[in-house]
Order: sequence, then C-alpha cells, then structure tokens
Amino acid sequence: MNLTETITWLLPLPPLLAFALIVLFTNRNNRLSHRIAVGAAFLSFLGSAYVLFQAFTTEHLGEHPIESRIPWLPLGDGSLDIGVLIDPLSAVTLAFVAVTVLMIFIYSIGYHNFGQPKGDHDHKGFPPHGATHDGHAVLSIEPMYARFFAFIGLFAFGMYTLVVSDNLLTLFVGWEIMGLCSYLLIGFWFGKESARDAAKKAFMTTRVGDVFMLLGIAYLYSFTGTLSFRDIFFNEEVLHHLAETPSWFGLSAAGLIGILLFIGTIGKSAQFPLHVWLPDAMEGPTPVSAMIHAATMVSAGVYMVARMFPLLSAGWHEGGALTPAMTAMAVIGAFTALFAATIAMAQNDIKRVLAYSTISQLGYMVAALGIGAFVAAVFHLVTHAFFKALLFLGSGSVIHGMEHGVLHTGDHKVDPQNMWNMGGLRTKMPRTFWTFLIGGFALSGFPLITAGFWSKDEILADAWGNGHLMIFGVLALSALLTAFYTMRQITLTFLGQPRTKEAEHAHETPLTMTGPLMVLSVFAIAAGWVGIPEHFPVIGGILPNWFHEFVGGTLLEHPHAVDFNIVPLATSLGVALGGLLLGWLVYRNAQTDPLKKLLGPLHRLLENKYYLDEIYERVFIRPAREFAEEVSYLLIDQILIDGVLHGAAELSFWLGGIFREKFDLPVVNGFGDWVADTSQWFGRGIRKMQTGAIQQYMILSMLLAFIGVFVYFWMLQP
Amino acid sequence: MNQTIWLTLILFLPALAAILLALMPRQDKTLVRWTALIASLIPLALTLFVWFAFKDAPANAAGYKFEEQYTWYAAINSSYHVGLDGLSLTMVLLTTLLTPLAILASFSVEKNVNAYMALFLFLETGMLGVFMSLDLLVFFVFWEIGLVPMYFLISQWGSEKGEKQLWGGMKVSSRTYASFKFMIYTMGGSLGLLLAIQLLGVVNQTFDLPTIVTQWNALSNSDVLLGGFTTVGIAKAVAFWAFVIAFAIKVPVWPFHTWLPDAHTEAPTAGSMILAGVLLKLGAYGFLRFVLPLYPEQSSQYAGVLAGLATAAIVFGALSAYAQKDFKRLVAYSSVNHMGFVMLGIAAAARAAGTLDANIAMNGAVLQMFNHGLSAAGMFFLVGVIYERLHTRDLDAFGGFFPRVPVYGGILIFTSMASLGLPGLNGFVSEFLVVRGAWAIFPFFTALSMIGLLFTGAYVLKGIGKTLHGPLNEEGAHHLSEINARELWVITPLMVLMLWLGVLPGWLLSVINNAMQVLFG
Repeated sequence: MNLTETITWLLPLPPLLAFALIVLFTNRNNRLSHRIAVGAAFLSFLGSAYVLFQAFTTEHLGEHPIESRIPWLPLGDGSLDIGVLIDPLSAVTLAFVAVTVLMIFIYSIGYHNFGQPKGDHDHKGFPPHGATHDGHAVLSIEPMYARFFAFIGLFAFGMYTLVVSDNLLTLFVGWEIMGLCSYLLIGFWFGKESARDAAKKAFMTTRVGDVFMLLGIAYLYSFTGTLSFRDIFFNEEVLHHLAETPSWFGLSAAGLIGILLFIGTIGKSAQFPLHVWLPDAMEGPTPVSAMIHAATMVSAGVYMVARMFPLLSAGWHEGGALTPAMTAMAVIGAFTALFAATIAMAQNDIKRVLAYSTISQLGYMVAALGIGAFVAAVFHLVTHAFFKALLFLGSGSVIHGMEHGVLHTGDHKVDPQNMWNMGGLRTKMPRTFWTFLIGGFALSGFPLITAGFWSKDEILADAWGNGHLMIFGVLALSALLTAFYTMRQITLTFLGQPRTKEAEHAHETPLTMTGPLMVLSVFAIAAGWVGIPEHFPVIGGILPNWFHEFVGGTLLEHPHAVDFNIVPLATSLGVALGGLLLGWLVYRNAQTDPLKKLLGPLHRLLENKYYLDEIYERVFIRPAREFAEEVSYLLIDQILIDGVLHGAAELSFWLGGIFREKFDLPVVNGFGDWVADTSQWFGRGIRKMQTGAIQQYMILSMLLAFIGVFVYFWMLQP
Repeated sequence: MNQTIWLTLILFLPALAAILLALMPRQDKTLVRWTALIASLIPLALTLFVWFAFKDAPANAAGYKFEEQYTWYAAINSSYHVGLDGLSLTMVLLTTLLTPLAILASFSVEKNVNAYMALFLFLETGMLGVFMSLDLLVFFVFWEIGLVPMYFLISQWGSEKGEKQLWGGMKVSSRTYASFKFMIYTMGGSLGLLLAIQLLGVVNQTFDLPTIVTQWNALSNSDVLLGGFTTVGIAKAVAFWAFVIAFAIKVPVWPFHTWLPDAHTEAPTAGSMILAGVLLKLGAYGFLRFVLPLYPEQSSQYAGVLAGLATAAIVFGALSAYAQKDFKRLVAYSSVNHMGFVMLGIAAAARAAGTLDANIAMNGAVLQMFNHGLSAAGMFFLVGVIYERLHTRDLDAFGGFFPRVPVYGGILIFTSMASLGLPGLNGFVSEFLVVRGAWAIFPFFTALSMIGLLFTGAYVLKGIGKTLHGPLNEEGAHHLSEINARELWVITPLMVLMLWLGVLPGWLLSVINNAMQVLFG
C-alpha cells in the first residue's frame, strides 16, 4: 500500500474520531468540541486535496485508478473484500464533498451562536430563544452545541466512506450511517413535534428505498460473486452476462438489479414518489439542510446510480434504444424535475423553496443518467452541490438575520423563514445578498458566467442531440420554472423595501457564516469552467473540456461529446433569462402572491404539495399501523394463536375435570372406597363370630375340616 | 483418545457454585452477589482460553475438539460425550459472556438473593450442556434442565404487577401465567423430541451423535425398521417433525411464538437477557446440530415451509412489535423478528446444502444468533434500567428523557441501531449475509422479508422516540436518574462487541465458516 492509498483509507477517519472524542470526552466544552470537529474536517480536506492532486495528475486515471483492498468476510473458500477506490467519478465527488463539508462545519460555529451567552429560557431539544445581555435581547448559543458537532462529524464520516468505497457494501454502510445521522439531525430539536415527525418520516421513507437496494445488492452479489465496482463495471464479460441473462418481470438480470438499486436512489435522492421526506427535513438546523440536501446525502443517491451506470445501461449503445432501467430513470427523473419545480413556485418558506428546488435538480441529474448523458449528469451533480450548499447556507444566514430582527422587536409570532416577512435585505445583509444572488443565478443557469449554466446546458444538449425530445421539453420547461421561482425568492427576500419591522432590523451575520458563503460562491461560478464544450461558439476551446475527458474515463467505453447545436443553447438561454425576468417582473412590487389569483385552485393544490402527504397518510401509514395493531398483534397473536393455546389448555382443564368427576372420583376413588367399605363391612360381619365361646369355635373348625376333606376327595381327586 | 477436562470444568463449575451459593449465609447479600459474579467469570476465562487454543487443538474425525467421553448408561450405549466445533464454541462463548453480565445486572435484586443467583448459575450449566453435548440423551437432559431455573426465575422474581384473565373469569398473575406458558409449551414440544431420540437410539443402538449421523444417513429409505413395524423413510419423516416442532417452539418460529412475549416481558431483567440472549439460540442450535445433519433429505424437502414460517416471523414479528405500548414487549417481539432471519438462513441452507449460497446463509444465521444475543440482551437490560427507576414499562409514560439522561440516551440509540441492523454495527453483517444467501435460494420469501426489515425501522424509532424525544414527561421523569457505574459495566462490553463485530467480524466469522464447511461441506 503506497502513501496515496493509505491516505485514501484514512480519509473518513478524522470526522469519526471527532465524533467519538466529542461524545465520550469533550461534550461539556463547546470550544474544544468545535475545534476538534472543524480540525477533523480540515484534516480530511487536506488528505482529500493530496489524494485529488495525485488523481488529477495521473494519466488515464480511469484505467489506472488509485485502489487498494483487504479481505473482510471469510465465506466458503473465498472472502468478501472491501477496499477504497479513487477513479474519476469518485475524484470529482470527493472534491465537492471535501470543500462543502469543511465550509458547512465552519459555518455551523456562527450559525449556532458560538460566543453568545446562554439563553434565558433555553431547553435542550428546542432551538435557542435568545438571551438578555446588558438589557438587550441577543441571540443565545445552541443548548446542545457540542452534540451538533459530534453528529455532523459522524455524518461526514458516512459521506467520506461512501465516496472512497470500491464496493457496494461499504457504500451502503456510508449510505445508512448518513441515514441515521439525518434522523438524528433533522430531529435535532426533538422537543418540537414537527421536527420529531420529520426525522421519523425521513428515516422511514428512505428506508423504503434502502430495503429494495439491499435486495439489489444481494442479487448482484449472488449473480457476480463480488460487489467490487471495478470487477463488475470494468469487465465487459460480466456486464454482457448480466444483460443477457433473463430474470423476473421480463427484465434482464442487469435490468432488475438496476431498478432495485435505483429505488434506493429514489428514496435517498428524494425522487417522486418518495420525495415527501425532504421538504419536511427542513426542520433541522440549516447547516444540516445544506449537508443533507445539497452537499452529501441526496447527492449520494445520484452518485450511486452514476456508479451503477454501466450496469443500468448494460446492453445499451450510444444512440440506441434505452434499457428498461434507463427508461425508468429518464421518466421518473424528468417528471420529478417538473413536478417539484411547480411546487417550489407556491412555497413561502425560504428553505422549503430550496428543498423543492433540490428535488427538482436531482430529477434533472437522474433524467440525464436515464438518457445516457453520464458526464453531463455528473457535471451537474458537482456544480449543483456547490451552488445549492451556497443557497442553503445563504438562506440560513437570512433567517439568522431575521431572527435578529425578531429579537429586536420581540414579536415572536413573526416567522423568520417566511419570505413575505422579508424584503429589502439587500442593504442590511450585503454579503449574504451577493453570494445568494450568485447561487441563485447558478441555479437558474444564468448564461456563461455561472456553473449551473454549463452543466444544465450540457444535459439539454445531450437530450436534444440524442433525440429524446419529450425529456428535452420537460427539462426545458422545468428550467424555466426554476429560473422563475429563484428570481421570485431573490426578489421577495432581498429586493424592494422591507415588508416588516423585523426585516428592517435584520442584521448581517458574522464572518464564520459569510466566509463560507464567499468561498462557495467562487466555486458556484468557477466550477463550470472545467467543462465548457469544445465546440461552443466563441469561447469554446479556450479552456480544454477537461471534465468530459476526465470523468468519461470512468466508463469502460469513453462516451462521445454531443455535437454543438443551436436549438438547445437557444433554449437554455431563453428559459434562464426569461424565467429570471418573469420572476422579477411579477414579484418586484408584490405585497401578496399574484400567482394565487392567477392560478386559483391550482395554486392551493401546489401550496399543499398535491396533497401527497395526506394521501400517503391515508393509504399507507394509517392502514399499516392499524394492520400491525389490529391484525398482526390482536387478531393473529392474541385471538387466534393464544386462543388456540388457551383452548387447548381449557380443554385439558375440562378433560381433567371430567376424569376427576367421572373416573377418578367414581372409579378410582370409588374402587378404593369400595374395597375399604367392603372390608369394613366384612369385618363387621365376621366380628359376630368372635364370641369367645370355645364350643362354637370347635363346631366351626370341625365343619371346615369336614368341608375340606369332602372337597378334597370328591372334587379334586380324580 | 486425548481426553481433556476443560469442557467438564466449564460445564460444571457453575453448578458447583450454585450449590455453594445455596448453602451460603443469607444475611450478607453483597458477598453472595460477588461470589456469584466471580463464579460466573471463571467459565468465561476458561472459555476464552479454549477459544484461543481452539485453532491448534486436535480434532476428531467429525471435526470436534476438546472432546471428552465417559460411559454413562452402558446398557443403552449412552455416554457422557462432549466436544466443541466452531458452532458450539461460538454459542458457549455467548453463554459464558452473557451470564456474568446478567448476574451483574441482577445486583439490584433484593429478594432471596442466594436462591436467585444459584438458579442463574444452574441455568448456565443447563445451557452450556446443550451446546456441548454430543450424545442425544445427555443433550436431552440438559435441554430439560434449563427449563427449571427459568421457570422459577420468572414465577418468583418476575414483575409483580399485572393480571391475566383466563377462561371462565379465572384470574392469575401475569408472571404465573407467563412462566406456566413457557414451561408447558416447551415441555410439550420436548415430548416428541424425547420419543424421536428414543427411536434413534433404538435403531442405531447408541445415542452418540457423530456415530448416529454416519449410521443413520447410510440407511436406505426403504429399509425396514423395528421388526417390520415401519420403514426408515417413514421413521425419518416422523422423527424429523418431532425434532422440528421441539426446536421451532424454542426459537420460536411463527406461529409457535406467543409464549415469548409473555415470558420475556414478565421475567426479571437479567432473566430476559438470558432468555433472549441464549435460550432462544438453543432452538436454532438444535436445527443446525441435529435436524440438518440427521435429516438432510427431509430438511431439504420441507425447507420451503420453514422459509415461509421464518418470513412470517420476520414480518409479523416486526408488525406486532410496532403495535406494542409496553417497551419490554416491543423488545420481546423484536426477538421474533430477528430470530426469523436466523431461521430464514437455516431454511435456505437446508434447501441447498453444499453450495456457496447455503454456506453464506448459514454463516449469516449463526452470526445472527450471536449478534442477536448481544443486542437483545442489551435492549432488555436498557429497558430494565428504566423500569427499575420508574416501575413502569408503558411507553406513554415516557418521553423527553434525552436531556435528562444523555448517557443513557446515547447508549439506547446505539443499542437500538445495532438491533435495527445499522451498517457499521453487528446486526447488519449477519442480516446481509442471510439475505444474500437466501436470495439465491428463496427469492420470493427474501423479498417478502424486506417488509419486516422496513418495519424494524418503525418499531425501533417508536421505542427511541417515545422514550427519549418529545416534551419531557414530568411525571415519568420524576424518579429518573442517569445510568450508574455498575450498569455501565454491564452494557459496555456488549457495545464494544457490537461495534467490533460490525466493523471487523472476521475473527468470529472465520471460526463459524470453518465449522460450517466441515458440517455441511
């Protein structure tokens, strides 16, 4: 094992150690705890930087990745191996994970009000409510400050594990550890019922996907005898065999395994119909939202299907008909992209808009993979991680500023997350504003400058170029909506005049929060420059399209870049600029939502997220609970099975009674009593002979002797 | 033969200690407790010695090590024959490990300490005997011996509250009901087992297991037995079901499981730890040690039935656990759910013995037995910790305890997650192996069992949520105090093992894997 491999093995460990140290030893010391956590994140960042430097300077990394493995489970004559792998796909993922995780860690210090006094009425399990300092109401430190850093440490461990894994099993380990952490972090303020419910919902909804994924893993493992990515995906023979072997439901083995694994992604990356957990997950503290919804957990789902791309596309040739698994992805992804974008238009909570936007963008990536645009999907995964983390952290900064205003006015009824309570924050929070603007423009795909433009444009170009016109249309429409709701959000939050007193007294947040925003906004712009298509008019070819070359090497067969076409470019320019302009025009002077009037009942449908939560509650959750309580426990166990047992016991009891009443008492006891009674009676009878008179005895004995002699001679002698 | 005395020492030291404890003065409870603890640590130390010496110890033809054999009933060719392979070694380790922890957990018992501790140690001998015996008759003796102490532990030291209404308005206390149900149910199952063992003994003219396995399997199904009374085929089928029912009740396999929630709920904390930790394993061990080797053909034939019942246990166990309002009962039902995976693995292996899939399923099943021993004992202990303070197990009386007892809360989440099968902790490895092995053999049942896995999440989160989260239940939290040092000593070894086996299961799995390869080729 050389140095690079050793470091790759060690990458996930610092955050895990930080978790253990904080939980076991330093949880009473806030300063030490966050130093340990941020230090660990920094250590992992440095290690990643080293590994990435090695990876980026390796020629043809796809064919000669950094890898190392050890036997883990002895089974039969062989063993199940686990190991680490840095190939182009994991390298670019590691890059954005390392940066965003470190930024989120630093941001958390400011977000949880480190350095502020303890709250006057703060309780563990509730968000801090503020303290009085020199007669002023000020923000107060999070009561479970150290614990938060422990949890995000464990979370980071899960994500690093997932990224460096060379096999599905350890990937799944990281995947599930993140699932646990998201449960703990979404429910961080567990005193709030909404947070509790959201945490449970997140865990259970993603678990639906996870159990299917587990089946997929088991299937893949029993089919190929290995779970190593390289052994399966870099091996034409295995892939061919997978694609050719028929399985259930008219699918090939590759198709069924692919779909099972993809269901895991539907849960984790919040695709329709398992997307419902993600908006509710906004109950967690904002750095958590950034971590779960942008940088790590939801990205993990897309990362996994990107990893599985050779399997999902086994039997497919560029330009040919899609495999069933790919079709499923394309349809679900595109539908989710549009569906979530429509909901995002009608949300008023600043974080919820971003949550639906995340769902929509993930749908974009999934759809891109579905139509075979592997590189474009990964590109969008990377750029999205940066600008969405930026947006989430920015929204946290806004909320923080608003909370400042709320503390100032003392009116706790004002929701600091509702965008209609904001407005004009541009001047109050300039750093937050400019960075949020960059993030928002990147999300909308503002042409040329932002990273989001390049990645989104590439997906549209791929869809158009390969003739998937339906997908192209749906994605273009959702891009239009994306630009529209993003501008709506920016306008309502930052532009115009403050709509409330609280917004007037909002205050810029400390450098620990705005610093990460600025770093991330650099990436939200520059991350796009590594993948500018060669044939792009004017600026194409100035910078080499490094991303396509590099990431394409992940696959056995290097994918082609699509030829330049004016239609998708014009479309992406049109929808981005048009959507932004429309959003600004509609909302620049709005006091209430004009869409409400315009869309009428449709708006209510959107506002209530198509009533899916209510439908799930009625169709799945309540029946499941009732089935568990009424059927599984009460009917089967208590009434049927125990009924039979008690019946058997009662029967024995009754039989025993019968035996006692009808046999024991009359026959057995009766016989005993009869013997006793008879002997007694007999004795009493014979007693009469005991007269004591010798003569009577003589007569009796002579009589007996006579009978004896008589019997002997007459009856026994022949 | 190379006789050693290690197994006899491990086996009978607890019984000797039990007699000593029964004779000790009753006034000094501390002395009694410490004597019991130390007495239970000696078998653990000896087991560890055996564990480390195991690899290089000489094995007999059937693969057993540390063998001992002395004539017992010469007339019927029954001998005191004990020995270990990787399977029994794993179970012996589990038993000797959990017993001291259970005894330490029982330091808070005040009533009749001498008898209580003596029964526990006596129970240990019974359980160890089952795992070590290589003679069917001796096995049966130990099998039955284990029942007696547990019966008294439940009926005398079980929870004092609760009443159960039976037919005709008859009322008995819950612990009487539970202990009686436990005893009668298991004994009912044992009747057939005893008869079947007699049958095997008569046919083979010996009760020695390794001899019987070779002889019995060499008979052809059409051979006539018992002077023309029956054929080998029929006798095997009948004896197979007799064995299966006895063990199925013990595991318990659905639908023979309803004694379990009652017994586990009513037993004292340490009793539940041992019940879930070890006693349930006796049944699964019986399948692996006796049913599969003695009846390979029937096992394969009826494996589908077993797999179906195992799946029912997984699904209905999880659902019923989710339906509970009593924390201890919830944990009890989780045992039904988890032991279902053990049975699914065993059934899969029975269907396709000799294949790699079967080997993986079997490794998973045995590892799951060990893992469930750790996590179930841990969960019951943690429920007991709250119960001792609050004197209730009603989940609705809990809530919001996390800020009050952060250490306990962290431990509860950790142990619950191990029980849930979170990757990185022990339960995942074994469940994954079972699913992997069973998928190739029973894909339909394996897919169905995923419903159970889903609801495992639901009931685990219900337990955590109702206890730790939510607004503080003032009334419930009144007597709540943080977990104390003694209790930490009980749970820490379990947690260390859960983590260790989750991250690096190789040391245990290699022992199991070797045994499975010898046993089932």
